Amino acid sequence: MSASLNTVSSDEAIVKDSKNMWGGGQSPYAVSWGKMYMWIFLLSDAFTFSSLLIAYGTMRHRFSDIWPKPNEVFTHFPFIEHHVPLAYVGLMTFILIMSSVTMVLAVEAGHRNDKKQSGMWLLLTIIGGLMFVGSQAWEWYHFIVGTEHGRILANGTVFHGANLTMNEYGLTPLFGDFFFFITGFHGFHVFSGVVINFIIYLNVIGGVYEKRGHYEQVEKAGLYWHFVDLVWVFVFTFFYLL
Amino acid sequence: MTTQEHTADDHSETIGPKARKRLWKVFWLLLAITLFEVGISFTAIPKEVLKILFIGLTIVKAYYIVFFFMHMKHEKVHFAWSILLPFILIVYFIYMMMTEGNALNYIRTVFENHI
Repeated sequence: MSASLNTVSSDEAIVKDSKNMWGGGQSPYAVSWGKMYMWIFLLSDAFTFSSLLIAYGTMRHRFSDIWPKPNEVFTHFPFIEHHVPLAYVGLMTFILIMSSVTMVLAVEAGHRNDKKQSGMWLLLTIIGGLMFVGSQAWEWYHFIVGTEHGRILANGTVFHGANLTMNEYGLTPLFGDFFFFITGFHGFHVFSGVVINFIIYLNVIGGVYEKRGHYEQVEKAGLYWHFVDLVWVFVFTFFYLL
Repeated sequence: MTTQEHTADDHSETIGPKARKRLWKVFWLLLAITLFEVGISFTAIPKEVLKILFIGLTIVKAYYIVFFFMHMKHEKVHFAWSILLPFILIVYFIYMMMTEGNALNYIRTVFENHI
């Protein structure tokens, strides 16, 4: 593997010839199998998330006249009594983008075989991930408990918050269903990412990659982590902004 | 698999103080776009214009995450296309399903006249 990769980088002139490139004997992609597998997994995962968001879009179009306005639903912010629409999800986005930077800096430190710095940035990434999962729990809590005024039903009773069959925010239960399913699926990805990052972190500080001579595992975990950030960018737009 | 020299050779643009500076620049850009998106959602800009702006800015953010944070910029161009081209199917899927959603809305509100 190492030999074929080196051929690619040393004989750059040959590589540029498309006939030689695909003629066998060298890796046209010049990427390790581990990284390629991660990319292909992320491609399939991207299709899963796309399907969820497209299903959301389809149903939102179907019930467009009775669909709740997201910026009237998500208005809570810790320690603030007033309604501050979008501020909390904006903060969550900030946390996740921030943890994406710390992850990419861990990868960069790994390229320099810098065990100490790579470990430090990974630890900050894990903290960022935990902060995000915690924020999501807080968000779910307020969505489920609901507002004080709630919604008055046809039989005169008042319904607060949301569950899978009913919510106070709109006349269709689908709004709550998609909220739980999409943010839940994403939140579970973040949680898995934190677990993966933690294992990688233990390996880094344990000197496993130092002994191995390269930090490619950090890079692979990084790809997954950035993907989770990428999905949130789309969830943020399609669920909260539009 | 990859030796240290090789990594430094292949990823010369992803290593060192210059690369770190660029990564932070990307971070500030992503943050600025997010704040801008939240900001304009409270203005009186027509809903249709906002929709296009939000989707456009989301694609810009996705580009920066994939190409700079995930280093797609430094992969071979054939590899990048192999991963990115399948998303044409998603674009078509969106077009089909939004048309379907609008049709379902029409049927629901005009013919059935109920929730």
